[in-house]
Amino acid sequence: MSEAIQAQLPVLQVVIPLLAAPLCIILRRRSLVLPFATGVCWLTFLVSVFLLGDVLEAGVISYELGGWAAPWGIEYRVDALAAFVLLFVSGIAALVLTWAPRSLNDEIPASRHYLFCTLYLLCVTGLLGIAITGDLFNVFVFLEVSALSSYALIALGGRRQALPAAFQYLVMGTIGATFILIGIGLMYQMTGTLNMADMAGRLPAVEGVRTALVAFGFLTVGIALKMALFPLHVWLPNAYAYAPSVVSAFIAATATKVSVYILLRFMFSVFGLEFSFEQLGLGRALMPLALAGIFVASTVAIFQRNVKRMLAYSSVAQIGYMVLGISFATATGLTGGIVHLFNHALIKGGLFMAMGCVMLQLHSVDLDDMAGVGRAMPWTMAAWALGGLGLIGVPATAGFISKWYLIQAALERNSLIVAVLLLLSSLLALVYVWRVIETAFFHEPSARAREAREAPLSMLVPTWVLLGATVLFGIYTRYSAGVAEQAAEAVLRGLP
Amino acid sequence: MSGFVPLHLALVIPLAGAVLIALLGRWPNVREAVTLATGVALFWFVASLAPHVLAGATPGVLLVRLLPGGLSLVLRLEPLGMLFALVASGLWIVTSLYSIGYMRGHGEAHQTRFYVCFAVSICAAMGVALAGNLLTLFLFYEVLTLSTYPLVSHHGTRKAMKGARTYLGILVTTSVAFLLLAVAWTWVLAGTLDFRVGGILAGQAEDGVLLVLLALFVFGTGKAAVMPVHRWLPAAMVAPTPVSALLHAVAVVKAGVFTIMKVVIYVFGLDLLTTTGISVWLMYAAGFTVIAGSLVAMAQDNLKRRLAYSTVSQLSYIVLGAALANAWGVVGGSMHIAMHAFGKITLFFCAGAIYVAAHKTEISDMRGLGRAMPITMAAFLIGALSVVGVPPLGGSWSKWYLALGALDAGQILFVAVLMVSSLLNIAYLVPIPIRAFFSKPADGSDPPRFKEAPAFCVAALSFTALGCIVLFFLADDVYRLLVPLGGG
Repeated sequence: MSEAIQAQLPVLQVVIPLLAAPLCIILRRRSLVLPFATGVCWLTFLVSVFLLGDVLEAGVISYELGGWAAPWGIEYRVDALAAFVLLFVSGIAALVLTWAPRSLNDEIPASRHYLFCTLYLLCVTGLLGIAITGDLFNVFVFLEVSALSSYALIALGGRRQALPAAFQYLVMGTIGATFILIGIGLMYQMTGTLNMADMAGRLPAVEGVRTALVAFGFLTVGIALKMALFPLHVWLPNAYAYAPSVVSAFIAATATKVSVYILLRFMFSVFGLEFSFEQLGLGRALMPLALAGIFVASTVAIFQRNVKRMLAYSSVAQIGYMVLGISFATATGLTGGIVHLFNHALIKGGLFMAMGCVMLQLHSVDLDDMAGVGRAMPWTMAAWALGGLGLIGVPATAGFISKWYLIQAALERNSLIVAVLLLLSSLLALVYVWRVIETAFFHEPSARAREAREAPLSMLVPTWVLLGATVLFGIYTRYSAGVAEQAAEAVLRGLP
Repeated sequence: MSGFVPLHLALVIPLAGAVLIALLGRWPNVREAVTLATGVALFWFVASLAPHVLAGATPGVLLVRLLPGGLSLVLRLEPLGMLFALVASGLWIVTSLYSIGYMRGHGEAHQTRFYVCFAVSICAAMGVALAGNLLTLFLFYEVLTLSTYPLVSHHGTRKAMKGARTYLGILVTTSVAFLLLAVAWTWVLAGTLDFRVGGILAGQAEDGVLLVLLALFVFGTGKAAVMPVHRWLPAAMVAPTPVSALLHAVAVVKAGVFTIMKVVIYVFGLDLLTTTGISVWLMYAAGFTVIAGSLVAMAQDNLKRRLAYSTVSQLSYIVLGAALANAWGVVGGSMHIAMHAFGKITLFFCAGAIYVAAHKTEISDMRGLGRAMPITMAAFLIGALSVVGVPPLGGSWSKWYLALGALDAGQILFVAVLMVSSLLNIAYLVPIPIRAFFSKPADGSDPPRFKEAPAFCVAALSFTALGCIVLFFLADDVYRLLVPLGGG
């Protein structure tokens, strides 16, 4: 790769999908537009692979957009954490789209496929942009790009319930975004800059001022809404349950994770560990919410009949684990939180893909209809079971690695009670996962399951790639936990 | 003897067997041949490891480095694991023979699934036996739980599902909530999870913390069935009989007491336990389970349930041996893993044979059955006497050493517990074959004519019954194998 391209990688990461999105409308033909969008996603993924390589080798990359120097122009800033998020967002985007064609044909009218692709690429652009930018206002812009496109993507769902679900998400998401915007505005007012690094340098001078505290409050609540932290999660279950399968798989794997990333960025990089956690005690606020979220959402998940809804509640619980890791504000805790971003993205993405396979064959994801489906679709359900074990955190799956770090972090702080609660929560996951496994494999087949056949190979292979990766990253952790450790250290150090 | 020993073959062989069995499911005869061949290959491999251990070597294999911090999956051979691996792999062959007779004689469904899960369970048992650190042990412990679930729920009836759910629920709950916590805590305290002679926890924490930690280990290891976490064992009795044999003798409960023994010897260290006295409560817990299990067993009329409670009681002999934490106790307890395995598997084989041949499950219906099934009932008597601990049967040695251990620790009370328990064993086991031979059927009808179980079953149970006798004479070899555990 030539030096010239290498230097432009940060901007290419965002510009490629951004420019490709309108091209989808021009191409319009169904047979062209899907392969095109898929190719674009893989290209984006390739860029992120190179970026991560560069960052691990050379340290933080700073890119000045349009050649305008940093505090005045927009800076793209790739550190280990950002590169890590870029990698899994773009990777999952590419994999999900590769998996999608059959599912799309089944769930979205052919005449709207080009619109789907446009929205999908815009959503990817937004999520990648959030991760890469070093500019506060830019975060808000990309947040809106990804959010608006995801409202529309969810509304593409075939059932009537998709519309109210998307509307609810729209209302809640907009409130969240507005809060974030207000927070950013107040901080701009205080410091006169929008560059994260610059602001981090100027904030200490004005930390005591009430405006900074108000800004902090607005940002915390806004981000909590966006990442569906209990009790601000109500928009999430319906949105995930009624969206088209492909949208559920992509958004569930990436959107809330990127919001967690925003939390990390604002609270550690901009406000700084000392201010957020030692002065304001953010950890003391986040920890009970995280634990409550884990327990309440896992318990609700146990009682769901619709498996996609069940997975959605499980997502709320898993967000709790990530936030719990962050709330420790120690290297081990943060590593646990960050590695769980990645691990859960793989697990949940894979699980929703497997549900997409079931949806294609059964036209239902109700537990009653899924009885005995393991016999007709052994490969799909075996993949699902693998992902389920990851959710529980069985050793040799990625989920275990995350939980191990989190338990260590709890024990290091001598909070035995948190460690016990963490372990008990795994048991709740066991119950809701096992309910599906038992129904699918050990019950008499339902009427629909009797007629079902195994999902096509084009869908099975990507599903297995993703869920196979959860086992791989449960065993070889150099590129998950190893990178997460680096990212955690970088985050704790703060911006220079 | 030194150099590289490919320990992971002990995992690869049964796993490869499982894959082959799954692929060859369409041809039952070939499938069963693969099961047996895998069993023989595995046993041969495990037996070939014995010279290393007897020479005092502890070869190890690093499977994978899990976390950057030094956490890894490791296999390491040592005397206790050697014994468990030998028992499990040896009895697997016999159990396979028996399963073939039982499953065919009974016309069971899903036989391929059954044999696949069986092979995976053995793979897990080998992993437990050879685990070189706590994490590896925990991993295979969980694999064992999950892979035996389809076996316990094999019949697929509502009752089977309920029993299997209890089985899974209790074992997973205790292991995740307590055992994993104990493992993680050990890591934080000691900075390592390796099994080391003399333990890794000495001087790492206060006595109070160590006491809690030991309790977490003991009750987290639900498979050891120390009361009150024994409920899963009777619940699992819904399974087909070969599975009960697997649970009670070959793998599952033995994996439990093995874990406790390993933790006591290699994580805490005997010295730490004797100097601090943190395991005294465990002696009482185990002693209570020994007596209470026997008492409950006496009240059961269903043969398999009676045997299940007998197992609960017998397992705590081993836990007691660990809690005594001296050379005799540890050797006696470890030896009991093998001795009880042979005795109890014989009893279960007999229970299954009676079920297949005479369709009887209740003890009160078995009067006069000796005429019809003389071989089975004779084997039952031998197994029962071995469990009681009568010479010249294997079970007598382990009880002898346990009693020595109790004396050595100055705990006369537990010598009494062992004696009372033996009496109770006699009371609830021996009358069954005696009445079968010397009583008339309860309904006054003529004794049934000769009708033994399928040949595979009879061969298997005769073999294990003979094994009980042979072990009596092999006790010296077992002793020599285990003596390093006591610290010289």
